[in-house]
Amino acid sequence: MRYLTDRKRALGNGSGRQGTHHHWQMMVSSMLMIVAVPVFIFTLGMGVGGTYEEVLAYFARPFPAIVTGLCFSVIVLHVMREAHEAIEDYVHGTAEKIALVATSALAYTMIAVALFALIKLAL
Amino acid sequence: MVELALPKNSRIKTGKTWPKPAGATNLRKFQIYRWNPDDGKNPSVDTYFVDMDNCGPMILDALIKIKNEIDPTLTFRRSCREGICGSCAMNIDGINTLACIYGIDEVKDSVKIYPLPHMPVVKDLIPDLTHFYAQHASIMPWLETKTNRPAKEWKQSIEDRKKLDGLYECVMCASCSTSCPSYWWNGDRYLGPAALLHAYRWIIDSRDEATGERLDELEDPFKLYRCHTIMNCAKTCPKGLNPAKAIAEIKKMMVDRAV
Repeated sequence: MRYLTDRKRALGNGSGRQGTHHHWQMMVSSMLMIVAVPVFIFTLGMGVGGTYEEVLAYFARPFPAIVTGLCFSVIVLHVMREAHEAIEDYVHGTAEKIALVATSALAYTMIAVALFALIKLAL
Repeated sequence: MVELALPKNSRIKTGKTWPKPAGATNLRKFQIYRWNPDDGKNPSVDTYFVDMDNCGPMILDALIKIKNEIDPTLTFRRSCREGICGSCAMNIDGINTLACIYGIDEVKDSVKIYPLPHMPVVKDLIPDLTHFYAQHASIMPWLETKTNRPAKEWKQSIEDRKKLDGLYECVMCASCSTSCPSYWWNGDRYLGPAALLHAYRWIIDSRDEATGERLDELEDPFKLYRCHTIMNCAKTCPKGLNPAKAIAEIKKMMVDRAV
């Protein structure tokens, strides 16, 4: 129980002076995905059904490899930021901070693993 | 952490069923949330029967009739009875609206009435709006100027005045904020649709000279950016306003000045 005025409770610690950058980043990645995802599906579809050697040869070409790498990075970063939003909505306190760090770690690890696999296929 | 279940002492139980009025043929069933902080009991839903041949057409008419003729302990706020004061906002048949402008005939079967959701209850249908009003005060709902006061008046063009239409009509009934899931989970920090609609009303007022300061104060992951464009606010507003659009306009202004 704390004796705070109603105004003090409403004002809290004041404005964090951030959020617009995150909002803009989400719009940018959304716009990128509108273009990137159909291209990714198309290029991935071209490689489906081939033998192991054919798939290796397919991803050794620069265009499919770069499109796949870019798409994966943009999608995972977009999902990571959305997951951050959901965590901030529903989890608070220390658990929130741990969940935010864990989500970021998972996302960056996924990107690193995907790029490593892609480079290994391409080279 | 978000709580998905009500605490034990908030779980709603079946309440009293009041007797039907003698001789009435055109009856309507009302199921109304009751809670008294003084008796230490859980909330309950009481059932009332109202003779529609002797009752006005609006939900508020029925509530006043119940209070006057059946159960004088039933507690609710009301004042203007014409959608101007915003006092009688409550959850009727699952919709946050004003009891004075919501017709009984708009509800099928029994009429279920609860207080505005996810707010502390003072008694029966009266929510505690203290924090809601403090949030409204925090956005400085008044004209802020730095230029010396003009001899006659602050002038405004007809075009600039038109920008306030759809904003100034808000009666602060809290129907929108209490229908917003983001406000349910983070109402302590998220300003909610009503306060943000009022904030935008002053941001785009051509006479106001504190636009930058107002945007600075709103730029916060919780105060503004908890709005996820769910649109419940626009759907439920009994005055037909669109707080979600006002919030989107604030976000656009934030991006315009940053990018």
